[in-house]
Amino acid sequence: MKKALVSIAFGLTASLFATGASAQATLNSVKQKGFLTCGSNTGLAGFGQPDAQGNWTGLDVDLCRAIAAAIFDDPSKVRYIPLAAKDRFTALQSGEVDVLSRNSTKTMSRDTQLGLDFPAINYYDGQGFMVRKKLGVSSAKELNGASICTQQGTTTELNLADYFRANNMKYEVVAFATSDETFKAYDSGRCDAFTTDASGLYAERLRASAPDDHIVLPEIISKEPLGPAVRHGDNQWSDIVSWTHNAMLNAEELGVTKANVDQMKTSDNPEIKRLLGTEGKFGEAIGLTNDWAYRIIKHVGNYGESFEKNVGEGSRLKIKRGQNALWTKGGLQYGIPVR
Amino acid sequence: MNSVQTAVSQTSPPKKSFLYDPKVRGAFYQVVLVAAIIVLFYVAATNAVENLQRARIASGFGFLNNTAGFDISQTLIEFSAAGGTYGDAFIVGLLNTLIVSAIGIFFTTFLGFLIGIARLSKNWMVAKVAMVYVEVLRNVPLLVQLLFWYIAVLGALPHPRDSLEMGAGFYLNSRGLFMAQPLWGPNIGVLVAVFLLGLIGTFIYRRWAKKQQEQTGRQYPVGKVTLALVLGLPILTWIVLALVGANPITFELPRRGTFNLTGGMQILPEFVALLLGLVTYTAAFIAEVVRAGILAVSKGQTEAAGSLGLPPGKILRLVVIPQAMRVIIPPLTSQYLNLTKNSSLAVAIGYPDLVQVFMGTVLNQTGQAIEVVVITMGVYLTISLLTSFFMNIYNRRVAIVER
Repeated sequence: MKKALVSIAFGLTASLFATGASAQATLNSVKQKGFLTCGSNTGLAGFGQPDAQGNWTGLDVDLCRAIAAAIFDDPSKVRYIPLAAKDRFTALQSGEVDVLSRNSTKTMSRDTQLGLDFPAINYYDGQGFMVRKKLGVSSAKELNGASICTQQGTTTELNLADYFRANNMKYEVVAFATSDETFKAYDSGRCDAFTTDASGLYAERLRASAPDDHIVLPEIISKEPLGPAVRHGDNQWSDIVSWTHNAMLNAEELGVTKANVDQMKTSDNPEIKRLLGTEGKFGEAIGLTNDWAYRIIKHVGNYGESFEKNVGEGSRLKIKRGQNALWTKGGLQYGIPVR
Repeated sequence: MNSVQTAVSQTSPPKKSFLYDPKVRGAFYQVVLVAAIIVLFYVAATNAVENLQRARIASGFGFLNNTAGFDISQTLIEFSAAGGTYGDAFIVGLLNTLIVSAIGIFFTTFLGFLIGIARLSKNWMVAKVAMVYVEVLRNVPLLVQLLFWYIAVLGALPHPRDSLEMGAGFYLNSRGLFMAQPLWGPNIGVLVAVFLLGLIGTFIYRRWAKKQQEQTGRQYPVGKVTLALVLGLPILTWIVLALVGANPITFELPRRGTFNLTGGMQILPEFVALLLGLVTYTAAFIAEVVRAGILAVSKGQTEAAGSLGLPPGKILRLVVIPQAMRVIIPPLTSQYLNLTKNSSLAVAIGYPDLVQVFMGTVLNQTGQAIEVVVITMGVYLTISLLTSFFMNIYNRRVAIVER
């Protein structure tokens, strides 16, 4: 609540009195500050969550760490600002955060009307439902008349309305400001079903008082391309975010990992040479050093490593690569060539 | 000395420069201040518009006509994701704020007066219970109390399949309070007419009774007759109509559906939690206001009324409270304003009030923070000023008229 007010107040004051940030200012201001401010989730296992020591981990967090690594050669130079769904875009618009890496869906209206850009998609997702096993429901089509908990200010809220309208079913929506409140309300029995992106369902289920009492229904009712967002108009900064993600994808495709990146520096493969900056001046073109991608992989790892560690087999979530596999393995993640 | 005096007397009245006139100076500074404020607002506004355009953020109020595309749990007007606009969502939120505030003000006044009077009770037990109530309720943050009501009290209610059946079509479960919904039949007009007749009858009877008392001193049972005319008469008519088979009101009872109870009326637990929290919290403050007001009435008044033979209930109602009202009204107004504004804490428990719907969902879906926040601030300002306005009128009526 307080955070919401602060960020809105910030947004208002900033947009009222600040003269507009000139293009290409973000990289300079980040360098000047000495750290990156990263808008992150208030706590979503696998994507962005602080542990008991206050260290942030997750797939979205790794993207911020990768950007910091590319700029400062140090992935810890990130300050995380936890944001509720309804406050996140205001915080980005107002300049409170440099990049919003917080499982946010790219949509046309967000891209064109909010003054934002979504330079990359780091997780392809879709919206699903979770219910209690004892209800005996096996399909979302059987949810007619149910009470459904959702987080406000999300595409989830809109898809939910669309889905029930399209299937001519009734429901009672109970919307909360934060994911935490939403899930607690579901867990306490206020709602029959809980809806969010499928990845979020698996993550939240871990927090339930009895995780095994809940099942995720098979229907995926929407397309949710999740990715980082930046302010519209600063193309250099947008490029940095976009290429950070692409570098991680290309590294996975080329077999460059955190462990072997130093060896790979001596590789003869021209693609690897260009990626790691031993050939060409690709880093300088986006305002960084030429070993920018080397730094990313050295400190954070490639996309596959980050995925497995945070949400895949190496994590409690055990999400399969599915749509997020590389294009070479039947997925949608396609690294744009560094050339 | 002498020459100075003459100089002053000669020059000052006719030739005194207006620059040194304190009145002119005062006016000048005020004009400058107002101009500076206007310029500041103008610069801020144009700067904001320019920045928004440069950042390609949509601006203006056109978004109010766009389709909203989301649903709201409690809507007092017709609203659906398909047809409702952001403007409609704004009205839904506003009405939800107003209804919880209005009902809250009604109950909190009642409870506050009760507890305030109880604190002054001669019964030690009653006075101490009231004191503990006030001290506990007003010293715990309202947000904590709301979460307590919502999570600890209402959250503990059973699942709809095991609803608590309370008889007469009332059911209580974790989805709220369900009750029978009256369906108006074709003869409802008769009932309304009888009710209006009862009201008019009461009015005439009251005037007559007052006149009789003024002239003869005889007292007539006003309360009982009012009750009989306003409530008894319509109920009697209803029974008669039902017996002859022309029942004007039928009830739709809630039925068990797959998930929830369907049919009937539903009061959301979010609404109940917010109302309970606001009423009990504000009542603690009103109780103190009432106590202060009563203590401000000099003891002589009570004693004088007692010596005239008035019973304690009448002393309180006819002598003490009317005088206490002069002290009570201004701070009571503040408490009403507090209650209205505190209703925005609804965001924490998911009640769709103005702030939750408009500054939450609508702001986020449209991204037009400045417009949405300005509208919301304007609405709260208007509600508060209107409340103050009406309370000030009432205050003027009860205030001491100095002669």
